[in-house]
Amino acid sequence: MKYTAKPLPKVELPELRQVGKPLRRVDALGKTTGTTVYSGDFTMPNMLHAKVFRSREPSARIKRLDVSRARALPGVVCVLTAADLPDARLVTDMPGQTGQKRRAGSDAPVLASDVVRFAGEPIALIAAETLAVAEQALDLVEIEYEPLPGVFDPLAALQPGAPVVHEPDNVVARWKIRKGDVKAGFAVADVVVENTFRVPFIDHAYIEPESGVAWMDGQDVINIRVCTQVVEHFRSIARAVGVPHNKIHIQGTLLGGGFGGKEDITVEIFLALLAKHTRRPVRLEYTREESILAHSKRHPFIITHRTGVKRNGRITAAEIKMVSDSGAYLYLSPYVLLYATIAASGPYRVDHLKVDSVSAATNNPFTSAFRGFGAAQAAVAYEQQMDEIAKVLGLDPLEVRCVNYLKTGDRNATGQEIKSAVWLEEAATRALEALGEKTPAPSDAVKIGQGFASYLQSYGRITWFHDTSRAWVGLELDGSVVIRCGVPDLGAGQINSLCQIAAEVLGVGLDDVTIYSTDSALTPLAGTTTATRQLYMSGNAVFHAAGAVRESLLERASKHFEEPPDGLDLAEGRVFVKDDPEQSLPLSELAAMCAAGGLPLANLYLFKAPFTSTLDPEGLQGDVFPDFTFGAHAVEVAVDTETGEITLLKSVGCHDVGRAINPAAVVGQIQGGSAQGLGYALMEEVIVEEGIIRTPSLAEYLIPTAMDLPVTQAIILESGSGVGPFGAKGIGEPSLTPAAPAVANAVADALGVRIPDLPLTPDKVLAALDRAAGREAVGAAACETDDDGSEA
Amino acid sequence: MQPKVVTLNVNGRQHYVALMPNVTLLHALRDLGYTDVKSGCEKGDCGACAVLLNGAPVNSCLVLAWQADGAEIVTNVGLGTMDRPHVIQEAFADAGAAQCGYCTPGMVISAKALLDRCPHPTEAEIREAIAGNLCRCTGYGQIIEAVQLAAERMSEGSGE
Repeated sequence: MKYTAKPLPKVELPELRQVGKPLRRVDALGKTTGTTVYSGDFTMPNMLHAKVFRSREPSARIKRLDVSRARALPGVVCVLTAADLPDARLVTDMPGQTGQKRRAGSDAPVLASDVVRFAGEPIALIAAETLAVAEQALDLVEIEYEPLPGVFDPLAALQPGAPVVHEPDNVVARWKIRKGDVKAGFAVADVVVENTFRVPFIDHAYIEPESGVAWMDGQDVINIRVCTQVVEHFRSIARAVGVPHNKIHIQGTLLGGGFGGKEDITVEIFLALLAKHTRRPVRLEYTREESILAHSKRHPFIITHRTGVKRNGRITAAEIKMVSDSGAYLYLSPYVLLYATIAASGPYRVDHLKVDSVSAATNNPFTSAFRGFGAAQAAVAYEQQMDEIAKVLGLDPLEVRCVNYLKTGDRNATGQEIKSAVWLEEAATRALEALGEKTPAPSDAVKIGQGFASYLQSYGRITWFHDTSRAWVGLELDGSVVIRCGVPDLGAGQINSLCQIAAEVLGVGLDDVTIYSTDSALTPLAGTTTATRQLYMSGNAVFHAAGAVRESLLERASKHFEEPPDGLDLAEGRVFVKDDPEQSLPLSELAAMCAAGGLPLANLYLFKAPFTSTLDPEGLQGDVFPDFTFGAHAVEVAVDTETGEITLLKSVGCHDVGRAINPAAVVGQIQGGSAQGLGYALMEEVIVEEGIIRTPSLAEYLIPTAMDLPVTQAIILESGSGVGPFGAKGIGEPSLTPAAPAVANAVADALGVRIPDLPLTPDKVLAALDRAAGREAVGAAACETDDDGSEA
Repeated sequence: MQPKVVTLNVNGRQHYVALMPNVTLLHALRDLGYTDVKSGCEKGDCGACAVLLNGAPVNSCLVLAWQADGAEIVTNVGLGTMDRPHVIQEAFADAGAAQCGYCTPGMVISAKALLDRCPHPTEAEIREAIAGNLCRCTGYGQIIEAVQLAAERMSEGSGE
């Protein structure tokens, strides 16, 4: 079928000088010349080297732990076990926020004492004069386990009689949505479609393993230089180490990738404890194997959709059940589950909706944040379900979506009104148009398929967390600009966007702006680089801080030129009269005038997201997020029916980003985020057997190489309707979300049968073809309904 | 095991270092301060530690320092600096090819090795040349563009 792009609503965005330009990022040349220093590159005089002794058992009682031989090894300076740290817990706070409630008792201990609950759980810390000695000491730690029954499947964990990971039961979180009258909705359905979809554990696989250096200074402050997405963890670290909050100082570095995997605390507490006990600098860097063992995974989900539809595809009711595997400790599982629950019905108007979700504790590796944060898992299910509905009804997949797409002013699953532009059809038709006609198959054995997926994804955090960000912007006396903002930059261009925004507002070039970032004590706290929130939150903070400086400058210039402030403008490092640009001054002279008059040349701005109250857990109806991003991804695949191999031929991502602050960076997000989604669909899986990771390296855990993917064509739409600066929306997480379901739909299109479990590996393709040849029904189970909605 | 003094010629500078036989070139270089050589897996899976060894790209984690005794070693910082970037480093910056940047020094080395032997590579040749360098941020699109841009600029510069 040939698709034509739906015309865009007319939007006129003002032409800007810095914002909207694909400028070279402020951090680019430092990175390409090898000048940028990452956390693993720092050393200190007299530094010790640390190692972590970890459990090899997924569920066991520690019968005996003896570190005396390790302690006695020459060169070993310190060995710590749980006995040295009374009740130190690694509490994953939603840092700096209020309004959260946690289930007591399921947070991880810093070091396991009597029981281990997953393979890889830390048990002892070692600091030695050299890395070689620290490694040798690991082998001298003596431990005896008494194996305990474990539970390794979330569905089994929810059964009565299952081994309990944390008392009183394995239910670590539960959410439900109750909207409209589901029974009535099903009663008017012509057809009910029911399917179950599964997604696996996956790993963030950033190329930079976790690392850091810590040292105590002359004020007894524990300084920690570390790659983290969250410098505000200093509070949790202080609590675990047993020092006041103001004695932990995080000096964050530029990250070598995060994607949610450096959102939880990694090496920080270990480093702080060892530095405190030894009073010497300590360095700790994970090997790749330890990284895979030690950090969180993306939650596996089992998602069942039961959808009532009219013959034209209109959804009359939906009932969705979700189960996620929380692994051995809680971390962010309740919130990942919440995101999945709210996104469960996708970017569609579903007036009668029931969602029940549960996260189960198991003795598997713990799961937590990963780009997309539950909403990505939800999309894999809801977008495959939409294609299955289309198939059952004999309709085009786009047609079914178009009759259900949310529109501005509609309410989402929690009844929150969508206030920004919703360009779902515009994005989907553009992605499909760019995909073009199907490529002819090179042989009978190869089947070509096309598929797409739409999505909605929140940007900005849950509004009942009362999220804030701070930024300081100042003009120096020579006309250069300084930003101080605690934002961690994961590599997506977070600091560059802030610089472009400040440059725009203050009328200077990008080269004239310097940013100091990512320091828990010296830069104003900007909150986490998570939840696609930094452009929205810190972007607004910088926008307003710079705006206040601009106002002060224009007020002084107004007196000088005897023109009203709105008759003046700032550009190219000068202030000038708009109607007569010859009348101008360099910013340095204006700054000197302000300084001479004691006028402020800097501003610290606190930006607040909308603050809401928690919702009634019985139905979860109300506002949860600041806003949403919408878009689509389309792909074409070739499936070799003899080998089961899937080759991606084309890939297109089309997203309304509100306003692209730096279009080159937006392209990078769309191409890079979708690459992770494509890997999720085709190859990525952390294989866990009885709690043991069987893919412990990048030779076993496969991520896409340059040989595996076509370049995703990025189509940027700009509605200007977002709540970020200049009308921007977020694109970090949304770029990933629709890619995996688009692939699943393309493969189903190619084969005529659906494989409901990611990843779509060759063995699953061949098995699905075998089942289809045996005329066995796969996946979709559709049935006509009686008028009362009961299944015939 | 006994240490041996080996000569490491790195970016035109000679280092005489006593090393045990099991020390990898990656660790030897990082200990000498060449921290642009990144450690990502220490098994040859990711390519972040790529350097040129007598002109050929190698994963320095798979080479023992003793094996590099006397060889010419070039790391990313040996190609250029912030003030005088190599054309490949400049092209990577201009094309937006570095996001987190952790894979970048190794990518630049692979690109250098490619363009040394093949000044006008096809997209397929570029993909093959960087197939051993994992990037988790970009999806490789802007990296491929950067290598193409560098190739164009190099042929302009050489008057072709």
